[in-house]
Amino acid sequence: MEYEVVIGLEVHTQLLTESKIFCGCSTKFGSEPNTQTCPVCLGMPGVLPVLNRKVVEFAVRLGLATHCQIRRNNRFARKNYFYPDLPKGYQISQFEEPICENGYVEIETENGKKRVGLIRIHMEEDAGKSVHDEAYVGSEETLIDLNRCGVPLLEIVSAPDIRSPHEAHAYLTKLRQLVRYLEISDGNMEEGSFRCDANISVRPVGQAALGTRTELKNMNSFAHVQKALDYEINRQINLLKNGKQVEQNTLLWDPQKNEARPMRGKEESHDYRYFPEPDLVPVFLDAPWFDSIKNALPELPDKKFERFLSQYNLPAYDTAILTESRDLADYFEQVAKHFTDYKMISNWMLGEVARTLNEQKITINEFPLTPQRLASLLKAIDGNVISTSAAKKVFEYLLSNEVSVDEAIEKLGLKQISDESRIEAYVDQVLSEFTNEVQAYKNGKTKVIGFLVGQVMRLSKGKANPQMVSSLLRKKLEA
Amino acid sequence: MAIKDNINIKDHKTTCASKILESFISPFDATVIEKLKAADVIFIGKTNMDEFAMGSSSENSIFGAVKNPYDPERVAGGSSGGSAVAVAIGACDAALGSETGGSIRQPASFTGLVGVKPTYGRVSRYGLVAYASSLDQIGAFAKTSEDAALILKTIAGHDVHDSTSAAEPVPDYDRVVGKEIKGLKIGLPEEYFAEGLDPEIRSGIMNAVRQLEKEGAKIETFSLPQTRYAIATYYIIATAEASSNLARYDGVRYGYRAQDAGDLNEMYEKTRSEGFGEEVKRRILLGTYVLSAGYYDAYYKKAMQVRRLIKDELNSAFQKYDAIITPTTPTTAFRLGEKIDDPLTMYLMDIYTVTANLAGICAMNAPVGKNSDRLPFGLQIMAPAFKEECLFQLGAFFEK
Repeated sequence: MEYEVVIGLEVHTQLLTESKIFCGCSTKFGSEPNTQTCPVCLGMPGVLPVLNRKVVEFAVRLGLATHCQIRRNNRFARKNYFYPDLPKGYQISQFEEPICENGYVEIETENGKKRVGLIRIHMEEDAGKSVHDEAYVGSEETLIDLNRCGVPLLEIVSAPDIRSPHEAHAYLTKLRQLVRYLEISDGNMEEGSFRCDANISVRPVGQAALGTRTELKNMNSFAHVQKALDYEINRQINLLKNGKQVEQNTLLWDPQKNEARPMRGKEESHDYRYFPEPDLVPVFLDAPWFDSIKNALPELPDKKFERFLSQYNLPAYDTAILTESRDLADYFEQVAKHFTDYKMISNWMLGEVARTLNEQKITINEFPLTPQRLASLLKAIDGNVISTSAAKKVFEYLLSNEVSVDEAIEKLGLKQISDESRIEAYVDQVLSEFTNEVQAYKNGKTKVIGFLVGQVMRLSKGKANPQMVSSLLRKKLEA
Repeated sequence: MAIKDNINIKDHKTTCASKILESFISPFDATVIEKLKAADVIFIGKTNMDEFAMGSSSENSIFGAVKNPYDPERVAGGSSGGSAVAVAIGACDAALGSETGGSIRQPASFTGLVGVKPTYGRVSRYGLVAYASSLDQIGAFAKTSEDAALILKTIAGHDVHDSTSAAEPVPDYDRVVGKEIKGLKIGLPEEYFAEGLDPEIRSGIMNAVRQLEKEGAKIETFSLPQTRYAIATYYIIATAEASSNLARYDGVRYGYRAQDAGDLNEMYEKTRSEGFGEEVKRRILLGTYVLSAGYYDAYYKKAMQVRRLIKDELNSAFQKYDAIITPTTPTTAFRLGEKIDDPLTMYLMDIYTVTANLAGICAMNAPVGKNSDRLPFGLQIMAPAFKEECLFQLGAFFEK
């Protein structure tokens, strides 16, 4: 029997606000434990939350970018449960009235574009972290770091529209691209600022009713998500094939052992006793506020992709990479202001620039060459001032030297020789030295011209204009 | 001034009269304390109360019961009993208490004081240890309406730390003291004068009302039929919120922690079983129950709907009346231990006061006399939201 996979994803993305959602503490990642806390996020007796309005703005940005209905009158709710890293004994979240509903995200699949529905996006506060570190305490003890407590989160719940781990990957990639474009989250899965849980079930192809689902947690990278989903899908299909039932359960992915294990029953049988948060007044998104958020939205990835295709006439492959992040696309456009061979810019960005970013593990924002300097370099190639191979040396030099392109060419002595009489001298010398090759050419082995060009380049220390060298050689050999 | 021990003063203990916070020292000042400090108020101490403000007699305390200075065999009322007594015996000029369902007005009545519960949102709750967030409000005890007005003027106003505090401007409340009451329209809701009211209190209040009439106020009897649901509504909403507000006392970060627990859940269970008193546990259990899956709609949600009806009914009465006058309590101070084992009877002590908290309006106890046992009692004045001036105006009249 053939089985169909049904996946719904729940993503928690940490927001890049300066301060926490209900107090003034910093949200910076990686500080000493319990240094970014105050009585409010510590849940001291007598404290009250005050909403950071930036969180509402960030939620609206994502809601608009994912075609959601936006709720204008927003309330918070308390989700009650006991855990040591939850100081108040409840999490302030949204329950019956999420800020965004009924949206979608468009992904690319093997069968073309597909819309994955979004059931809801809501605002909530993060909890702290429980740390088990036997360097400090015994194995029976737990350390609590409350720095993360009160960091704003958006929870994004997809409809069960995803049909394969591949689609799940595409959905997460798209969502992460969106939060980064919108500058609301760094989308970093490994650091935990972009977290994903999955609901998975399988059913025989053609069956309308959903199968029994399991919930999969603790997938801390894109690779884990793929592996964990594959694992759980196979497990469920095998159960069904052997006439067994899937048990509704919450599973924890173990990336070391590559397996998912059920959580203990006690940890999942929660009745969260949601009720409206009485310490916060409803927050109303009036028209001026809503419009100001809407008008400040950046160009979104799909739009930018289409525009790059038509405006710069680039291949879809190049465009997809260049528009993957806003910063990369912006860099391209900055270069394109000064240099109009767009395909050449793209080649360099996908080639030398990308390689450098990879090697130095930096982002385009930290890339040492300004768009203007890269444009000058490309102009120098285009204007036959330097050869492409010389340009790569200049590029390397520019990475670690604060000089202009002209100065670098000068310093490296790579200025291309385009003076026909000088090139002719090199050509003549080579033709007289390599008589065997000349004879071979004349006998029809025209491929040997490559060797002769190489000899001229060697003689000119790489500075001769290769186009001129090759056409002059050809002219003389065929004369 | 004396301060109820559920209001934070920086670097001092805030115990809420509970074992679970017995050693807790607050790292910050409540907003009301900041304001009083700025006005050069001297604090003489923190006062005893019912644990976490849950009670109507100030007997639910790890420090023992508060006694009534008019008869030490009797309760001072609660939950702000300690603050009431501190003022009644002249230990201080005034005191802060807190209200959730009558915790200032009732002890004020039992000790012959002015006790004001301001409109919800009039005074910042930042630094007040939460019992039921949508009902809690800080208020004051004083010997006169003028003193109470001055204190409210000092502590009222919007606070950036409390989103539920109101932006409404704060008037000079004390200016209304001595203002003529001629032309004021006063309503007497018949449900508040029905069965169960001590006849001596009834006649004392009616005497006071006749004085008003003599001075030209217009008195009318009317009906508030939703009142009979007030106690039930109150004890569902208050306990639901309390079950969540008190979840933070888990022994993890501060306060009492049971020592001999084997694992996390046992630590929670033992800490909370040993750290909380009976009444607090009763209310946490009740509140947990009414919020539970399957019961939420029948209890909590229904109570919120009834609360709306009660509020609407009172607000429409205020279309007709400037103020409503009722008894504050059905009886004078009862004997220590008399009701402590009978929570339902104890809950009924709040029957006249909880409506003001549910509706979010302001109300005050004004002392009107003593009964034949020389025990004081007062009457309750209720006024529309943010019309505290009317309370002080009428209170000052009765004092005269």
